[in-house]
Amino acid sequence: MSASIEAVQNEIIDEFSMLDGDMEMTIGYIMELGEQLPTMDDSLKTEENIVKGCQSKVWLNANFRNGEISFDADSNTAITKGLVSLLVRILSGRQPHEIIDADLFFIDKIGLNRFIGTQRSNGLGAMMKQMKIYGLAFATQNTKSQ
Amino acid sequence: MPNTLTKSTLDINKIRQEFPILDQQVNGKPLIYLDNAATNQKPLRVIDALSRHYKVDNANIHRGIHTLAERSTAAFEETRKIIAEFIGANEVEEVIFTKGTSESINLVASSWGRKFLNEGDEVLISTMEHHSNIVPWQMICEEKGATLRVMPIDANGDIILEEAEQLISDKTKMVAFNHASNSLGTVNPVKALVEMAKKVGAKVLVDGAQATSHLPVNVKELNVDFYALSAHKMYGPTGLGVLYGKRDILEKMPPYQGGGEMIKDVSFEKTTYNDIPYKFEAGTPDIANVIAFKEAVHFINELGKENIAAHENELLKHATALLKDIDRVKVYGEAKEKVAVLSFGVEGIHHFDLGMWMDAKGIAVRTGHHCTQPLMDHFCIEGTTRASFSVYNTIEEVDQFAAALKDIIKKF
Repeated sequence: MSASIEAVQNEIIDEFSMLDGDMEMTIGYIMELGEQLPTMDDSLKTEENIVKGCQSKVWLNANFRNGEISFDADSNTAITKGLVSLLVRILSGRQPHEIIDADLFFIDKIGLNRFIGTQRSNGLGAMMKQMKIYGLAFATQNTKSQ
Repeated sequence: MPNTLTKSTLDINKIRQEFPILDQQVNGKPLIYLDNAATNQKPLRVIDALSRHYKVDNANIHRGIHTLAERSTAAFEETRKIIAEFIGANEVEEVIFTKGTSESINLVASSWGRKFLNEGDEVLISTMEHHSNIVPWQMICEEKGATLRVMPIDANGDIILEEAEQLISDKTKMVAFNHASNSLGTVNPVKALVEMAKKVGAKVLVDGAQATSHLPVNVKELNVDFYALSAHKMYGPTGLGVLYGKRDILEKMPPYQGGGEMIKDVSFEKTTYNDIPYKFEAGTPDIANVIAFKEAVHFINELGKENIAAHENELLKHATALLKDIDRVKVYGEAKEKVAVLSFGVEGIHHFDLGMWMDAKGIAVRTGHHCTQPLMDHFCIEGTTRASFSVYNTIEEVDQFAAALKDIIKKF
């Protein structure tokens, strides 16, 4: 069984704590994480899948299988892609209700509030919202099919 | 860039002492503030004037008979006089206080446009306009059945005057363009464009937001009908701007908003309006900021615009040369004459990433479309990174900025 949403967030907090709050190192690390994000198939980068920020674009696709939602995502900016990878790492492979109820405390703990605060700029806040919407949509679908 | 500018004689280190905000660390690095085209920093004398007003003089202006009201009114009207002199207006009454350049343009588009634009008329703007000098015209054109036309620019970011001339006809009722472009830095040929407009009897509005603290502005000599500016882009407070308009035109224009101050007499049957400028200043104005704005103008006058421009031009030339030498960097906007705005892109790096890295290094630049989306479309780009310089920036800061850029590029 995979680690809980809380446990994965604590892992991330530990990783970032080693950067000592240094902004250059933090951004560098976020970019590295983005590079490790599995490639999203170009056919999934549709207008429909765009979560639009003011300056950067995020593509988000969700699949629902065996009661779990998996996410594919990408961004046209390296830093946003890294941030996106964190959300995918935490929320992909979860059941809809887990995503709906998820308290994403890691953002505050690793000092990334500013990335959310400027959601107009990078679309990260919009992406979190979109992931929860998928959670709700698949939860409804799940109830109907039962 | 004009080559007539002499080397600046300003003592930049002394000037920096007037700007306490510059002396701080951002993300553990000394702040390098290169976002001056968005807003520049405020000297102590402006901050002190704001504070002094609230500590000592604060009262609502006009119509008050007590001492504080009298003092506040006198200080407020003193700024109007100083602005009139600063821009070379014929009369003090031609200076209207607004919230900023955007409101100034909206005022003209709404008031003048509603009265004087008709179906089939044309409003001419340029490709490099800020959304503030596009959208108000689009709105009024739509309302009145008029057409918005656009003067093209060349690859360097200069308006193509021959083509502009072709676009001006008897149908043209308003020609509106910026004195200097916020995205490219281009200084536009105001006199030449005014001449073209006047031949067909069109009015001219100049968006001076990016020009007033760098370029000589004399509305009488330029023979413009309207000139709009923002205090916060000239070392003054935010939320305050000016609309200059020629008296005879302002007098024919209906009020923009209703409220206090703009009336002579009010009854439920009929209201008569106050004279200019008060006709266009409904409600309690931004008294404290207007009073403090005077100090910003003194600051510019003391240094001398030509000295400011000479120093900024040195910074721009140095920065442009350094950036053009860096592989993968493309500079947008190489007009014949420029204010100190340097827009650029780096191949393979999104401007958002670049801006974030710059910030991590303590350097404030602006990224994105700079509220000039049609201009970005013209260059087929989403946006740029923009460094813009002010009088308190130093050559060393420019060097550090270029070094930071080189370092960031290596990471991608």
